Amino acid sequence: MLMKEKTPLMPTTPMPTPSAAIAADAHRRGPSTVEDGAVPRRRAEDRQPVGGSMVDDAPAPTALPDPDPGRTPKMRAHEVSVSYGDKQALNKVSIDIHDDRVTAFIGPSGCGKSTFLRCLNRMNDTIPSAQVTGKIELEGEDINSSAMDVVQLRARVGMVFQKPNPFPKSIFENVAYGPRIHGLGSSKAELDEIVEKSLKRAGLWDEVKDRLSESGTALSGGQQQRLCIARAIAVDPEVILMDEPCSALDPIATAKIEELIDELRGRYAIAIVTHNMQQAARVSQRTAFFHLGELIENGKTSEIFTNPRMQRTQDYITGRYG
Amino acid sequence: MQQQTSGHTLKAFDQDIDRLRALISQMGGLAEHAIGEAMRCLIQRDTEGALLVVANDKKLDALEIETERRAVQLIALRAPMAGDLRDVVAALKISGVVERIGDYAKNIAKRVPLVESASKIEPISLLPEMARIATSMVHDVLDAFVQRDAEVALQVCARDDAVDDFYDSIFRTLLTHMMENPHNIGHAAHLLFVAKHLERIGDHATNIAEMVYFAATGQHMADRNRDDDDGGG
Repeated sequence: MLMKEKTPLMPTTPMPTPSAAIAADAHRRGPSTVEDGAVPRRRAEDRQPVGGSMVDDAPAPTALPDPDPGRTPKMRAHEVSVSYGDKQALNKVSIDIHDDRVTAFIGPSGCGKSTFLRCLNRMNDTIPSAQVTGKIELEGEDINSSAMDVVQLRARVGMVFQKPNPFPKSIFENVAYGPRIHGLGSSKAELDEIVEKSLKRAGLWDEVKDRLSESGTALSGGQQQRLCIARAIAVDPEVILMDEPCSALDPIATAKIEELIDELRGRYAIAIVTHNMQQAARVSQRTAFFHLGELIENGKTSEIFTNPRMQRTQDYITGRYG
Repeated sequence: MQQQTSGHTLKAFDQDIDRLRALISQMGGLAEHAIGEAMRCLIQRDTEGALLVVANDKKLDALEIETERRAVQLIALRAPMAGDLRDVVAALKISGVVERIGDYAKNIAKRVPLVESASKIEPISLLPEMARIATSMVHDVLDAFVQRDAEVALQVCARDDAVDDFYDSIFRTLLTHMMENPHNIGHAAHLLFVAKHLERIGDHATNIAEMVYFAATGQHMADRNRDDDDGGG
């Protein structure tokens, strides 16, 4: 029970000992100490401020590298279509997003992959002309229903953008902002803890721990992007969406983000849009190929890149498209 | 099965892959010629020609190295995917097998001076026909690779049985010759090796056929009848 927190494939931080976890956080699900920076995994109905009491009734998640596709998905999209005014951008896309896996969306520009990603936390709501139809469920809840609080949704389904966009505030405030407005961490000590573990998980702690009060915009591009990831995970999301998170970064910073994605996939369901097929091949376990607003093919990454079923997928990934 | 319908957007990629195919074709041509020449020398007792076959095997070795160099370079520089990747990996493996086929031809040629008056031994009349089938298998399977033709690869596999039957038949006949006259044992043993080499060439052609089938279809030949239906979830 104590080890139900999923173990990343290549942890850079030591796993806590069970006894330390018991001592530090007996009321939480899974080990969660300042040292390892683990955030308890919660189901939707369990969401409440960190530190509150919780009933420990969540089923123990398995930590298989590629679980059976038949199990319940974290998010499920059913016949999602999007149009911007007259222009149809997405046509009846149905796909599941699973825990423990990185799902990569690939396809040529304008194929609808970013549009689809933005549907998953209702970012298209901000575009007046955008019309979204179909059903998207997060843990069985319809995210477009009136009962769904969109602010809460975006905390549960976090997003990292193409261009690092830290707030023009201190590194500490960049990470603490989300937890504070969501009421996670009422005291300074709790906020300190959240900031530290989020930065640790984002692999940034060692680089910034002595200058948390400096501006987030003073960091390098790769560091800024990891700061944005730390900011996204600070509110303890269930799903992380990434829209071309490395396209503005150099190969070293890209490798660090990819390593981070691989570590995080044990804790969150991750969906990533990328133009870089090598990146999709490197970081994802599932790949979905979009073309002209349709989902053409969706399957195991290892199969998509060695033996795709559809001609259009084959043509695109081998560089014959267009 | 996916066809490589059109060329790559980046033309240099096509040129690299075409060059790799051309190298395999060239190796295949040399290997076929080596088998044919080795058998001709054996039948006609052409010791001079046999020396030439042995010497020419070096060309095949050099081409194998060239194929490997180009395949590795292509993987590093072009990052081939899907069908392209399977093609490049197949080329890499096939070049090694064709080089091995060349070694068998060389070995047959080396036995030419050792098989004196072999024409007196009856099975020698069977060997050229066996060699013809084995050579045609090599020829057709390499054509299949260049054409990405899985059907031809399957047909090549089916022909391996004929080569095996020849071998069994030659084995029994040679055994009889050895028992009838111990003076024949030396020659007959050499001819038995020749037959065994031809049989191995057929096996190697079959292996290449399996590689070609996988490159062309993404399926292993052994799995082709299985219902492969792991859908996207």
